[in-house]
Amino acid sequence: MRIRKDRLLAIALISPSVVAIAIFVYAFIAWTIRASLSSWEGLLPDYTFVGLANFTQLFRDPRFQIDLRNTGIFTVLFLVACLVVGLLLAILLDLRPRGEAVFRNVYLFPMAISFIVTGVVWRWLLNPATSLERLSGINLLFHQAGLDFLVSRWYTSRNFGIAAIVIPATWQMSGFTMALYLAGIRGIPEELREAARVDGASESQIYRYVVMPMLKTVTLSAVIILGHTSLKIFDLVMAITQEGGQGYSADVPALNMWYTAFRALRFARGAAIAIIILTTVAVLIIPYLIHTLRSEVEQ
Amino acid sequence: MSKKRYSLLALVLVIAVLLAACAPATPAAAPTAAPTQAPAGPSGDLEIFSWWTAGGEAQGLEAMLKVFQAQYPNVNVINATVAGGAGVNARAVLATRMQGGKPPGAFQVHAGHELIDTYAVSGQMEPITFLYEEEGWLDLYPQDLIKILSYNGEIWSVPVNIHRANVMWYNKAVFADNNLQPPKTMDEFFTVAEKLKAAGIIPLALGESWTEVHLFETVLLGTLGPDKYIGLWAGTTDWKSAEVTKALENYDRMLNYVNEDFAALSWDQATQLVIDGTAAMNVMGDWAEGYFKSKGWTPGVEFGWAPSPGSAGAFDALSDSFGLPKNAPNRDAVLAWLKICGSQAGQDAFNPIKGSIPARTDGDRSLYDVYLQSAMDDFASNKIVPSLYHGAAAAPSWLQAITEAVGLFIANRDVAVFQEALVAACATAGVCK
Repeated sequence: MRIRKDRLLAIALISPSVVAIAIFVYAFIAWTIRASLSSWEGLLPDYTFVGLANFTQLFRDPRFQIDLRNTGIFTVLFLVACLVVGLLLAILLDLRPRGEAVFRNVYLFPMAISFIVTGVVWRWLLNPATSLERLSGINLLFHQAGLDFLVSRWYTSRNFGIAAIVIPATWQMSGFTMALYLAGIRGIPEELREAARVDGASESQIYRYVVMPMLKTVTLSAVIILGHTSLKIFDLVMAITQEGGQGYSADVPALNMWYTAFRALRFARGAAIAIIILTTVAVLIIPYLIHTLRSEVEQ
Repeated sequence: MSKKRYSLLALVLVIAVLLAACAPATPAAAPTAAPTQAPAGPSGDLEIFSWWTAGGEAQGLEAMLKVFQAQYPNVNVINATVAGGAGVNARAVLATRMQGGKPPGAFQVHAGHELIDTYAVSGQMEPITFLYEEEGWLDLYPQDLIKILSYNGEIWSVPVNIHRANVMWYNKAVFADNNLQPPKTMDEFFTVAEKLKAAGIIPLALGESWTEVHLFETVLLGTLGPDKYIGLWAGTTDWKSAEVTKALENYDRMLNYVNEDFAALSWDQATQLVIDGTAAMNVMGDWAEGYFKSKGWTPGVEFGWAPSPGSAGAFDALSDSFGLPKNAPNRDAVLAWLKICGSQAGQDAFNPIKGSIPARTDGDRSLYDVYLQSAMDDFASNKIVPSLYHGAAAAPSWLQAITEAVGLFIANRDVAVFQEALVAACATAGVCK
């Protein structure tokens, strides 16, 4: 009897959040799918079914093609940069330098800032003005250091404007990857390292052959978390570029969605973009969820 | 996680939901003093929604509100503003409120298609032609302007001010030093620009994204002329025509004479180039005059102005206006506000501070500076055409499609692709076949 009472209590406690999630997440996803298959333009909802017309139009749209390409470039660069920088910082901190706690916090702090704040600050730093009298931010630093060949048009540069956005994104998120890796490294039993040392392995060999292989699951978690951030990225790009750079050099699907839905009031098309973003994120997340669910069951 | 932890988490969630449910849904209404005697005219709350949050705009609104309060002391005005240039954020907030069936009393909106296609077509506005008839405004506003405000034979809003988009501002010293006259036509522009470029001066200062569309509309107007320009938005001028191609080529050529890092500059930074003397000209709406003046420049002394190349005789107008939402709370107070918006006293209170001209043709000239007086003359005599970027000419979805086409063109500079995109945009908008 006691057990059943516990169960009842558990169900009672959990049901509000289940209901809330059912409505505010899943019902709204269903509603967005319905809108994406409709011809809704303007303020009044119009659910006339048009099949996949919005999607086929989107994939033919030159701006959306640029968006997809940009998302691809951004995700790859952002993941690689965060993982490399994060791992490097974690290894450095693992060597327990003096003031380790201070450094750990310094690298983690950017995480506490919202992307909007980061974006506003980096909008100044990455000011793309290139003529001498208007240089500012990083370009001015380069100029004063005599490194004029490094002066860049940043997010407005023609083909790789999106790459400039990777810099602030990495600045913000690499501390987080560092924390994940550091926890992973500290979780490795000291005996394993000792054993390797006894066998005559150098410190770098220990990291290469003992530590790194044991960080695989950490890397997977980091890729999932960073990956879905980068696929959905909106606030940072909005704050830095506002309209997606020059000729959509730094445009991303989420930004396109915002302008399509709320400025052009083409809600059906905006919903279609939202569904495409959701699908790309799902492709990344669902296998991971299935994987973790299975390993939990096994345990 | 252990079971205990799960139930703890669930408990926290439940508490959060309960707290959210208990929070008051609406802020408590401001206490209103009970009137001691029967009030004359409307009373109660009136929410006025706008994006006039800064500088001259906010002060102009205050001045107009004073005129309103003097006449209707029993109305409690709630001045609701949402910050954001050109109302970008305000429009998103407003759209949400209108969809949710909670319109503000009166709201600021760009006159013309932004209002008509967004709110009037979807049946959320009440036509106010009757107000124009009652107040005798039909004779006081230019016919061209009434046309821009109309849809289905009805008028949908009261314009408070008029800005002109097709103005070319120039640095007089730069022109004098180089023995040049400000260009009047497109051809003259290219001749002058070539000479300025040779002299090491940026001929035309340009800014970021929207200013590129702004320049584009003035080039369309300057190349096609006012009647065909209006035809573009009515479906009577063919976007495939050779004239449009010519306009696109002019635009393409013009982009050869702008500052290289235009994408990095806001509109006022672009205007600043003219003040610095690094650039000679800047095509910008006449809010730029306020910027020149804020830098201590006197109109006609340090800086001059002219219609943008080729557009003499045309007045590319944009206007902030107020309309009457259906089911507006306190309709009488809204009507009272609209009367003030359309009145000479209201407009003459607002416009000299905001730096725009009244939409009525009987404004008190002595209140306005020399530039605004010249704009008032042109407004009374020129052909008035609707501005594209500033919401008067086309529906927001069409404008967005054109904005995207311009953005892509600036990156690839392919006139044929550009024209195709514009043709497609017109078809998608349902105006062209």
